[in-house]
Amino acid sequence: MLKHRVEFRNVYFRYSETEDWVLKNVSFTIASDEWVAIIGHNGSGKSTIAKLMNGLLFPDKGEIIVDGIPVTEESIWDVRTNVGMVFQNPDNQFVGTTVRDDVAFGLENRGVERNEMLKRIEQSLEAVRMSDYLLHEPHRLSGGQKQRVAIAGVLAVSPHVMILDEATAMLDPKGRKEILATINQVRESQSLTLITITHDLNEITKADRVIVMNAGEIWLEALPREVFTKEKDLRAIGLDVPFVAKLANELIAIDVKLDQQPLHQKELLESLWTYHLTK
Amino acid sequence: MDISFNEVSYTYQPNSPFEHKALIDLSFQIDSGSFVAIVGHTGSGKSTLIQHLNGLLRPTKGEIKIGDYHIRAEEKIAKVKALRRQVGIVFQYPEHQLFEETIAKDIAFGPKNFGVDEEEINRRIPILMEAVHLPLTLLDRSPFDLSGGQMRRVAIAGVLALEPSVLVLDEPTAGLDPKGQQEIMDMFATLHKKKNLTTILVTHSMEDALKYADHVIIMDHGQKYMEGLPHEVFVEKDKLQQVQLDVPEVIQFLQAFEAKFGQTIPYQGQTLTELARLMQEILKGEQKYV
Repeated sequence: MLKHRVEFRNVYFRYSETEDWVLKNVSFTIASDEWVAIIGHNGSGKSTIAKLMNGLLFPDKGEIIVDGIPVTEESIWDVRTNVGMVFQNPDNQFVGTTVRDDVAFGLENRGVERNEMLKRIEQSLEAVRMSDYLLHEPHRLSGGQKQRVAIAGVLAVSPHVMILDEATAMLDPKGRKEILATINQVRESQSLTLITITHDLNEITKADRVIVMNAGEIWLEALPREVFTKEKDLRAIGLDVPFVAKLANELIAIDVKLDQQPLHQKELLESLWTYHLTK
Repeated sequence: MDISFNEVSYTYQPNSPFEHKALIDLSFQIDSGSFVAIVGHTGSGKSTLIQHLNGLLRPTKGEIKIGDYHIRAEEKIAKVKALRRQVGIVFQYPEHQLFEETIAKDIAFGPKNFGVDEEEINRRIPILMEAVHLPLTLLDRSPFDLSGGQMRRVAIAGVLALEPSVLVLDEPTAGLDPKGQQEIMDMFATLHKKKNLTTILVTHSMEDALKYADHVIIMDHGQKYMEGLPHEVFVEKDKLQQVQLDVPEVIQFLQAFEAKFGQTIPYQGQTLTELARLMQEILKGEQKYV
């Protein structure tokens, strides 16, 4: 198995020569079994990174390697078989008149044989718990259901890398949690590199690693726990930390010693228990 | 303006295979000058509800009063234009509705159509730009040169340009980064007070509802499920979970804290700094609540 699934080497990008760089000297690697969250203020270059990964855009300088293949105009069709993307608005992504046709679309394009196709449609819809909606019209589904079908469409072609570009932004909190749980299950069962681009602070806590973008450059690459210790600096670049991290930072500021920076409520309560016992 | 819904029902595509009852016998009252949050999961009827507030939809059954305007089923709305001038709606992703060559023209579009004279429009524009925190130097620029957050502000200024007395906000922070979200919400809180508005916020964010609203209506399957003061409604964890909503995180944590340490910290809108202090006192055994 490849060690690096995705690699950016000194990547520069801008939309035209008269404009500022959208990405400036961006380099990072993402391993094959990782879940990496990319965060950053609006316009920090997050979505541009996603579009560069599957050749929707090409860098002005530098190199991008996905699954061992450098992304170029010649290689994009090979790259795209390995990289699946889900965007923010599911309505813009539907092509089929039924859920089944829509999931079949990507498979047909890849010339997958019919029996195999039927099997994959069934499996991927089952993975997102939408099997009961096989013959429904996609545009009549709820936002969360639509997004699940969009994800099934990507899962069906078994990509190695899945990029969710604010794919949960339009969902309610419950729908958001369900989608992420679904994808995480799939990730565990079939070795998928997951890249989520998000404003949702609680989504970051579940990632293995976080890349923080600011004004086109990588500002920080760290574990979620480390990211949350930098509340003040993050706020200065238009970001924030989740509620638990904020409360923990307030406690630390008044000398309540916590044994670690907590990721969720349970960890914070445990740290407070330890503190309580030693007082 | 006082707003009341009296047993309002709305059915999409009635008597067809796609018939869908979006609102069912909905009754509630909103007092003039209040900041109301309407919360509910996707498909609970929130968006249908707000489209009744300026006559975009007419109820299938029941009656709505908005100030002096009466909207009844099966009856054409009288003076709908005047109503729409009073009730400004900021829809989801309002920046998608920008279309003019310059920001000044885009903001002027609404009032112009309502017959406001040019002099008056020119007087309003700089005040509006200030209200949405945009520099006047942008006025002659194309709205499409702006960032997403700035475009949204222009669209909001266009709604405010009609000087509505009711402002309806449908998920106004969707898609913005955390800083942008907070700035927009703080802006609405300021406008609400300064312009003495009746503000109706449709949101998924229990955090925002708790922070900004003084009254909350929880919707489920087209019906009113709960109603009351935010800090009273939002402690009902089991009841909220039944309609797939979560308690705001701060209340969740205080409840978990109570379960673990046996001491209650009642939530009264304290800041996190204040809550941290209370917790420290309890954990050090300095304060006895019980």
